[in-house]
Amino acid sequence: MDDAVRQQILDAIPSLRAFAISLCGNVDRADDLVQETMVRAIANIDSFQPGTNMPAWLFTILRNHFRSEYRKRRREVEDADGHYADTLKSQPEQQGHIEFGEFREALSQLPTDQREALILVGASGFSYEEAAQICGCAIGTIKSRVNRARNRLAELLHVRDGDDFGPDEQTRAVLASGE
Amino acid sequence: METGAARARKNDAKPAKLGREVQARLGQQLRSMYDDVVSQGVPDRFADLLSQLDNKDNKDRQ
Repeated sequence: MDDAVRQQILDAIPSLRAFAISLCGNVDRADDLVQETMVRAIANIDSFQPGTNMPAWLFTILRNHFRSEYRKRRREVEDADGHYADTLKSQPEQQGHIEFGEFREALSQLPTDQREALILVGASGFSYEEAAQICGCAIGTIKSRVNRARNRLAELLHVRDGDDFGPDEQTRAVLASGE
Repeated sequence: METGAARARKNDAKPAKLGREVQARLGQQLRSMYDDVVSQGVPDRFADLLSQLDNKDNKDRQ
C-alpha cells in the first residue's frame, strides 16, 4: 500500500471512531465497526482513487456496514421498537463519558437516517453534498433529515425556540408577554 | 395588531425552525461529544491492525 494512502487511513481513524461511537452509542461495538471498516477498506484499496476524499470513502464503508449490521440485529430481536434505545440505557458505563449521557441518549432516540445525517454535517464537518454521497441519497434529503434531527433533539432535550436550555414554561410566558 | 391569544397560539405551535441559539447549543454539544473521541487519537489496536493489514497487502501483491 502506498505510504500516502496508509497515512490518510491512519489520519481518518480518530474521526471514524467518533462517528461510530456517535452512531451506535457503544464504544466496544464502535471499535468493532472501525476494525471491520479498515479490513474492508484495505481489501478494496484498489477501488479508492488517489486524490479523492479518503475520509468520505472510509465513512461510506463504515456507514454501510453499520446499516447492514443494524438491519441484521433488528431481524434477530423481535421487538424492533425501542430495543436499540434500551440497549444503550443498560450500558451506561460503556458509553465512555457520562457527562454526555443525556445528550447521547437523546441522540440515540433519533431515527438512524436522521442521526447519521446530523453527525456527518454537524460534527464530522462534511458538506451536505459529501454527506449525501456517503448516505447514498439526494442533498435535499440530507438537509431535511438534519433539520428534523435538530428539531427532534430540541424536543427531547426540552429546548425550544426562544429559550436557552433553561427557562421553564412560566418564565417563557413572562418573556413572551414582555415583547 | 397581534392579540394576546394569537401570540399564545404562535408560541404553542411546534417550531418549524429552531432559533439560532438553540441550534448553536445543540451543535456545540454534538461537537464536544464528538471531539472528545477524536482527541483520543489512534488507539494502539488500530495502528497495529493497519501495520498487519498493510504487510499482508504487500505480500499478496508480490
